[in-house]
Amino acid sequence: MDIDLITNILYAMIRTGTPLLIVALGELVCEKSGVLNLGQEGMMLMGAVVGFIVTLLSGSLLLGFILAMVAGVLMSLIFGLITMELSANQVATGLALTIFGTGLSAFIGSEFVGKPIEGLDPVFIPVLTDLPIIGRMLFGQDLIVYLSFILFGAVYWFINYSRPGLVLKAVGENPHAANAIGLPVFKTRYLAIIFGGAMAGLAGGYLSLAYTPLWAENMSAGRGWIALALVVFASWKAERVLLGAWLFGLASILHLVFQGLGFAVSPNLLAILPYLATVVVLVILSSNQTRSRLVAPMSLGNPFHARG
Amino acid sequence: MIKLEPRGERSATMAYLSPVLAALLTMLTGLLLFTLLNVDPVEALITILYVPISDTHGIAELCVKTAPILLCAIGLSVVFKAKIWNIGAEGQLLMGGLFGSYIALQLIEAEGFWVLPIVLIAGILGGMFWSGIAAILKVRFHTNEILTTIMMNYIALNILLWAVHGPLKDPEGFNFPESALFGDSALLPVLIEGTRVHFGMALALFAVVAVWVLMSRSFYGFQIKVMGMDAGAARLSGFKEKRLTYFALLLSGGLAGLAGVGEVTGPIGQLIPQISPGYGYAAIIVAFLGRLHPLGILLASLLMALLYMGGEMAQISLGLPLALTGLFQGMLLFYLLACDVLISFRIRLKPRKVKTSTPLTPLASETRG
Repeated sequence: MDIDLITNILYAMIRTGTPLLIVALGELVCEKSGVLNLGQEGMMLMGAVVGFIVTLLSGSLLLGFILAMVAGVLMSLIFGLITMELSANQVATGLALTIFGTGLSAFIGSEFVGKPIEGLDPVFIPVLTDLPIIGRMLFGQDLIVYLSFILFGAVYWFINYSRPGLVLKAVGENPHAANAIGLPVFKTRYLAIIFGGAMAGLAGGYLSLAYTPLWAENMSAGRGWIALALVVFASWKAERVLLGAWLFGLASILHLVFQGLGFAVSPNLLAILPYLATVVVLVILSSNQTRSRLVAPMSLGNPFHARG
Repeated sequence: MIKLEPRGERSATMAYLSPVLAALLTMLTGLLLFTLLNVDPVEALITILYVPISDTHGIAELCVKTAPILLCAIGLSVVFKAKIWNIGAEGQLLMGGLFGSYIALQLIEAEGFWVLPIVLIAGILGGMFWSGIAAILKVRFHTNEILTTIMMNYIALNILLWAVHGPLKDPEGFNFPESALFGDSALLPVLIEGTRVHFGMALALFAVVAVWVLMSRSFYGFQIKVMGMDAGAARLSGFKEKRLTYFALLLSGGLAGLAGVGEVTGPIGQLIPQISPGYGYAAIIVAFLGRLHPLGILLASLLMALLYMGGEMAQISLGLPLALTGLFQGMLLFYLLACDVLISFRIRLKPRKVKTSTPLTPLASETRG
C-alpha cells in the first residue's frame, strides 16, 4: 500500500464520517436531555432534499445549507410537539418521523432526481494541506468538514464545561429533580430536540450538496440509524462520537481499500460492512448490562409531564 | 386556551375512534395538499381511494397487495404486544423471499405437490433465521432490537442484491439482475380463476385467525401480553421471559418470511431486486393503526394496500409522484400518534378552576408520573 493510497483513504474516511459526526452530535445533545429521537433518518432526508432544491433553484450553497437546517428543525418540532405536548411514545413518534420524512422527501424531490448541481469545493489551507498523509485528511477538506470539527469542539465544551450543559445533563438524568429545583425541563428538551433537528438537516444537506451533489430517494441510506448506534457506541461521550463517526466512515469506504489492494469482492457485499459493524459494536457494548445502564442518561426515552 | 386533562383511565371508545380520526385527518390534509398542487382535490381523492377498487379486477389486486402486508403486520402485532420493537419485518420478508427462491431454483425441474410446501417452509425459515439473530442478540447480549433489526434490513437488502446480481442470476437472462422463472410446481395456485389472487391471501387470513386464537385463547398469548404490560410482573409469575422473546420474534419473522416467499412464488414468479415496496415498514403502521388487534389489522392492511394502489393510480392518471403513498403512510402514523393522546386525556377549552383549600406547593402539584 503506497502513501498516496493511505492519504486518499484517510481523506475519504473523514469526508464519509462527517455527515455521521454531525447528525450524531445532534442526537447526542438530544439524548443527553433524555429525549430519544429515532427520526434522524427522516430529518436528514428532508435536509438533503430541501438543501438540494434550494441550491438548484437559487444557485446559493449557503442558502441551501441554511434551509436544510431549517427543514431539519421543522421536522424536529413536529417530533417535539407530539412527544412533549401530547406525551406520545418517543420511539413510535421517532419512527413515524422517519417514515414521514422518507415519504415527504421523495415526494417533493421527485422532479429533481438526477439533476446536477455544482457541489461544495474543498478549501485547501496553505502549507498544511501539503503535509504528508494527514495534510489532505485534516486540511484539504470542504468548509462543512471544518465546521464539523468546530461543532465537535463546541458540543464537547458545552456538555463538559458549560453551565447550560450541566442543566442539559440534569434534565436528562432526572427531569423531576431538575424541575423541582426550578430548571426549565420543557425548554431544555425543546432546545435539545431543535439542535438535533438542525444538525440532522445540516448532515442531510452535506450529503446532497457536497458528498454526492445530487438528490436521490432515500440517499441517506441508513446513516441516521447508524448515528443512533454511534451515540450508544460512544457511551454518550462527545469525543467517542468523533472517533466512532470516523471509524464508521472508514468502514463505509472499505471497498476503496479493497480495490486499492487488488481484491475483487462484490460491491453489494462490501456495502454490508457499515451495517454489520454497527451490529457488532452494539453487541459488544451492550453485553455488559450494568455498564450500559450507568452510561445512558437515566430518563432517556421517558416522557415528562410537568403541566398537569 | 386548550388544555389536556387526564381522564384517569384509558378510554376504550377513543382507542377505536383514534385510527378513524387519523384516517380522516390524513384525507383532509390530502385534500389541502392537492389543492396546493393545483390538482382537483375531489378527483384526486376518488382516484386514490375509489378508482383502484372500482371493478372486480381492482378488488382482486387489492387482495394480492393485502396478503404480504397482512402477514407482516399480524406477526408484528405479537411482538409489539410483548413490547419488543421489531422494525425488521422488511428484512425478514426479503430473507424469506431469498431463501424460498433459492430452494425454488434448486427444484426448478421438480414436479409434484411437495415442491411448493418445501419452498414455503424455506421462506418461513429464512424469515425466522433473520429475526432469530435479532432475538439471540437481544436475549443473550441485551442489544437494542430496534437498531439491530433496522441494520439487518439494510444487510438483507444488500444480500438480496448480491444474490440476484451473482449466484442466483438467470444464466440465460441477458445479464439482467433477475433469477430464472420458477417451475410451475413452486408457484402458489391462483384462488379465483381469471385473477391474480393467489393462495397467499388464504394463508394470510389463516395466520390472522391463528394469531387471534393464540393471543386471546392461549396461555402463551396471555404470557406475551403480561410481559408487554409489566415485565416485572411476568418475571414474578415465573413466565420465561427469554423463551417468550424468542417465540414472539421467531413467529413474527416467520410470518414476514412467508410474506416474502409468497411474493416471489405468487405474483412475481421469480427473484427480482424489488420484492417489496416497503411492505415491512408499512406493516408497522398497519399494526399500530389496527390497534394490534387481528380484525383491526385486517382492515388497516386493506387500507394500506389501497394506498399503494392509489399511489400508482395517482401517478398514472394525475401525474403525481409515486412517493405519495409513503407521504400518506407517514401522515397517517403521525395523526394516529397525535389522536392517541385522546385515549388518556380529554381536551378542555378552559382550564378548570381548582378549588383546594390546602394548596400543595406549585411544583409538586404540577409534577406527575
